[in-house]
Amino acid sequence: MGVALTRSAQWTAAGRGTRTLETTPLNEAILKEIIMFVESFIYKYPQEAHYVFVDPLEWKTNLNPSAFESGYSVSETTVKSEEVDKNGKPLLFLSVPQIKVRSFGQLARLLLIAKNTKFQEAQACVEANRNPIAKILGLDYDTLTEDSSKVNILDKIIKEDDPEIDMKMKIAMLLKQLDLHLLNHSLKHISLEIRLNPGTVKNDIELLKRFSGKGEHTVLEYIDYTSDYEFSNGCRAPPWRQVHGEICYVLVKPHDVETLCVTCSSEGVFLNGGKTEDEGEINYERKGAVYKDLVTFLKEKSAKFSENMSKQEFAFSEEQQKEKDQPNEEPKKEEAITFRKAVTGSDRSTQEKNQINFGKTRMTKRLEPSLNWKATVDSKERRSLVRDSQEEKHIGRLEKARPSVSPGRAQIVRKSAEKIEEIISESSSESEEDEEPPDHRQEANADLPSEYWQIQKLVKYLKGGNQTATVIALCSMKDFNLAHETCQLAIRDVGGLEVLINLLDTDEVKCKIGSLKILKEISHNPQIRRNIVDLGGLPIMVKILDSPYKTLKCLAAETIANVAKFRRARRAVRSHGGITKLVALLDCGQNSTEPAQSSLYETRDMEVARCGALALWSCSKSYANKEAIRKAGGIPLLARLLKTSHENVLIPVVGTLQECASEESYRAAIKAERIIENLVKNLNSENEQLQEHCAMAIYQCAEDEETRDLVRLHGGLKPLASLLNNTDNKERLAAVTGAIWKCSISKENVTKFREYKAIETLVGLLTDQPEEVLVNVVGALGECCQEYENRVIVRKCGGIQPLVNLLVGINQALLVNVTKAVGACALEPESMTIIDRLDGVRLLWSLLKNPHPDVKASAAWALCPCIQNAKDAGEMVRSFVGGLELVVNLLKSDNKEVLASVCAAITNIAKDQENLAVITDHGVVPLLSKLANTNSDKLRHHLAEAISHCCMWGRNRVAFGEHNAVAPLVRYLKSNDTNVHRATAQALYQLSEDADNCITMHENGAVKLLLDMVGSPDQELQEAAAGCISNIRRLALATEKARYT
Amino acid sequence: MNRKKLQKLTETLTKNCKHFDKFEVKCLINLFYTLVGDVTERQGVVIGLDRNAFRNILHVTFGMTDDMIMDRVFRGFDKDNDGCVNVSEWIYGLSLFLRGTLEEKMKYCFEVFDLNGDGFISKEEMFHMLKNSLLKQPSEEDPDEGIKDLVEITLKKMDHDHDGKLSFADYEQAVREETLLLEAFGPCLPDPKSRMEFETQVFKDPNEFNDM
Repeated sequence: MGVALTRSAQWTAAGRGTRTLETTPLNEAILKEIIMFVESFIYKYPQEAHYVFVDPLEWKTNLNPSAFESGYSVSETTVKSEEVDKNGKPLLFLSVPQIKVRSFGQLARLLLIAKNTKFQEAQACVEANRNPIAKILGLDYDTLTEDSSKVNILDKIIKEDDPEIDMKMKIAMLLKQLDLHLLNHSLKHISLEIRLNPGTVKNDIELLKRFSGKGEHTVLEYIDYTSDYEFSNGCRAPPWRQVHGEICYVLVKPHDVETLCVTCSSEGVFLNGGKTEDEGEINYERKGAVYKDLVTFLKEKSAKFSENMSKQEFAFSEEQQKEKDQPNEEPKKEEAITFRKAVTGSDRSTQEKNQINFGKTRMTKRLEPSLNWKATVDSKERRSLVRDSQEEKHIGRLEKARPSVSPGRAQIVRKSAEKIEEIISESSSESEEDEEPPDHRQEANADLPSEYWQIQKLVKYLKGGNQTATVIALCSMKDFNLAHETCQLAIRDVGGLEVLINLLDTDEVKCKIGSLKILKEISHNPQIRRNIVDLGGLPIMVKILDSPYKTLKCLAAETIANVAKFRRARRAVRSHGGITKLVALLDCGQNSTEPAQSSLYETRDMEVARCGALALWSCSKSYANKEAIRKAGGIPLLARLLKTSHENVLIPVVGTLQECASEESYRAAIKAERIIENLVKNLNSENEQLQEHCAMAIYQCAEDEETRDLVRLHGGLKPLASLLNNTDNKERLAAVTGAIWKCSISKENVTKFREYKAIETLVGLLTDQPEEVLVNVVGALGECCQEYENRVIVRKCGGIQPLVNLLVGINQALLVNVTKAVGACALEPESMTIIDRLDGVRLLWSLLKNPHPDVKASAAWALCPCIQNAKDAGEMVRSFVGGLELVVNLLKSDNKEVLASVCAAITNIAKDQENLAVITDHGVVPLLSKLANTNSDKLRHHLAEAISHCCMWGRNRVAFGEHNAVAPLVRYLKSNDTNVHRATAQALYQLSEDADNCITMHENGAVKLLLDMVGSPDQELQEAAAGCISNIRRLALATEKARYT
Repeated sequence: MNRKKLQKLTETLTKNCKHFDKFEVKCLINLFYTLVGDVTERQGVVIGLDRNAFRNILHVTFGMTDDMIMDRVFRGFDKDNDGCVNVSEWIYGLSLFLRGTLEEKMKYCFEVFDLNGDGFISKEEMFHMLKNSLLKQPSEEDPDEGIKDLVEITLKKMDHDHDGKLSFADYEQAVREETLLLEAFGPCLPDPKSRMEFETQVFKDPNEFNDM
């Protein structure tokens, strides 16, 4: 927290007493992060929360003593916490308005108490305690962490071996982590703000001055500041205007335009109201658009300037470069690299180091009037560095390449902004399928293909032509190979995207069509997609969806389908009401009476529906869009379109359904709309892609039992089984096996699959398949092997060996399924022999160490039948070195499923006396007893079984009683689950052999509950309950007898 | 004009015109006479819209602006070249103008663009038609350079037999590939919006012209 606070947080200028934090978004973000850290501290690190700070954190609070409740002794003006340190001093002491806090636990509680004002409290605390680390851990830790000489600290630990040092060390590490986190966080904010600054503006003006004067070849007649006085921060604007970010005002006289009075501000360059003649005052009002720098501004305003500029360009840009390269080139280069690394940093330690470096550069930057220039320069710097070496060779090209450089800069700014947005929106459920691609700007000195110049020319005609010329230019542009990246990027780099998108906003139908035809093609490029979104293309396209011309609708929808491949775009479509309009497109598919007069701009209704579905498919990858589609009434329309026979319509329709079927609400609607029937029908289509998506949709929907039955009733299982035989198309195979897996959860389906010989085929797919196929194949086998006949088939087809081989994988989903399948096979003794021979049990056992709880649980479940059915199981179990200890220790897990499965495994292990002795030594009794207070019936069932089996050794019965396991067990009898009843009664029967346990049971009212159980139809339960009662009764009799004799 | 004559005229014109039904033809005939105004019919004098009146209609109703193109459209309507559009030319022309098939429109447009009627659209003709299509850039040394370039681009796109001029076959092929090129050298058909407006106005209000 220290480094981040001193270096990243923006403090108000020094010198006015205590410094306070400015209210900037960056600071707010940092404070929020700190609050989150402190609040979560007690949950994450309960031990460390009690650590007492070396010095208390002290600040002025606005909190009222009355706000404090339990845990504090409150008087009128003071509050003391009941929690005290070793010396009896309270950890929190409030004497209005000063507050002292000495532990994280108290800090967190304080924030809870502060509720709405916690932000102010945190700010006050941070402001008052400028070096929190020193206060928390003592001065030596503060310096140590900064020097990162961890060796010293390590030495200390080794020498002293003091628990407190240990604790301090841990807290120091935690704070350091927070620090890094904060720096990272602030980096995101900083990278957002890249704007003009006095330095760059001054350079630009100085250079332009050099090329100004009378005569034909100068770029300007003159350029000068309105004011000669330069403030120490480099600005020339009067201070009250500097507040608005304005840097200076310039009078410019180009050759062909009259004198312009221009404002340069940190946001950009724009025309102001001009200088009034009489007073010489400048009218600061903005009169025109904002340009990103002076040169762009002048190019726009004066044709002569841009013409002469292009002649002078080389000289100018070279000058500009030298200007930048000369002063301290070395450190800058280093900074540029640092900056990059900090962003992409992979290695932890380098990242750490660079972060801090970055923080330092930030600090030096504080001296500048504008904080935000570094990144701009850096990115330029990088480019010029690359260019430097080859500069001489490429003199001619440089000049032409110049235009592509400036948009490049804007691009970088935009991109960083975009990234942050993406990070913020991480809450959405879907995964981003296309990662931000590296931006391949055409390098300035790369050989530009001839297409580039031709496209540039066409864009010029697009800009400056009337409708006729525009249409010709658009048609000609369409003839370029728009699928090729060179052309796509060329269009963007010469500013074509802006023009194309602007055309969409006109009334000219032909121009719109032409423009969309091009956008549709080039939007296959991920970078272009992002540019289109950045330029605000989506809202316009969404608007076009309302157009009366079907061709336009189609093209717009298709382009949206291409663009909406990433989250921000999908959100934009939704927020502009695009989903409803796209859903409406699906609706026109049914109108068979099309107007006879087919105009130029009409297409078939089916085509409109297809494009609509295509766009919805792209959009449906976002959770909120799925919801929006449903709300817009999309499902019935999709269901209706499913009945058509047009494959190219069916694919996007099924694709959309498949995406959406991940939602529960959709699955219900899909059932209601009888969609399954059509999905099954289309499984029989010839089109592989269609088959794939249908299978995928079935896979998603078949989570639901009724749907699984529907698939069978509509005859979907047979085509699925037959599709298994074609293994060339892996995507389709994955989808088909997935559908089979989910369908085989229903027993009737499994029978069908056996009929269709699907199980044999599945076994054949266990080798040489990609993981996504394997997961599904193994999952399906796991379900099938729940039945005896299928287990035999799997064994006979030689499926055991490949299954056991898969136990060594790393894919979690695969491991969960494989363990389940192996476990199912192990139910059959003959298969078990094979598994044992292949050392499968050892592999299963080692999966208990897998970090993922699902794998652990699944492996433990699979072990149960293995132990049951293996010959010489006891010996086998003992042969795994450390295996029993591992199992017992898993009882410390906090995952219910893992606990239940391990209890089941222990039940089986305990059947062997020797092993029971071993696990008793490992402390199984107290661990099981600790679990007794659970509400999960599944865990209760297996826990009770485990307890009843563990009673069979030594004084375990007594031990269970001592560890208070008996009373909770009695309560299990009130559960509704008969499995729990049986297991519990058996456990109680075992426990009742011990007199003290009998007393506990009696006290907890077990007798009455057990008497009810005696009347149960379950014989085992009857017997156990009766046995238990008899033990209790016998004890009572014995006591009575003892009393009277 | 008496009722009987009108009836007969409507019937003959309806027979010869495939895109309009009888009612529509009647509406258009009514419109025609409204536009021509109250001219008493005399022997030997053709009743019709002269060039200026027709151009005015094109401009006001169909939003056309290019004088040259409007002139060409007038010639397209005025089949018998007598300097005015008579009632049958009016109906025939409008049927293509509003409802023509792509083939009809291609033929019509080609005739419009073929300024000298030699069956080819030459470079000079293209230049002539495109000369106002680009914004004049003061910086350009030769203001016509852009236009010339545009002509070259068009030829590259449409001149399939590479003879430096567009035959109807060239034009037809290019338009079939890309319908947008139908009006490649200037708008000579009503844009869909004004067409729809025109149709709704003329065909939906049969009573308006009944007082004729």
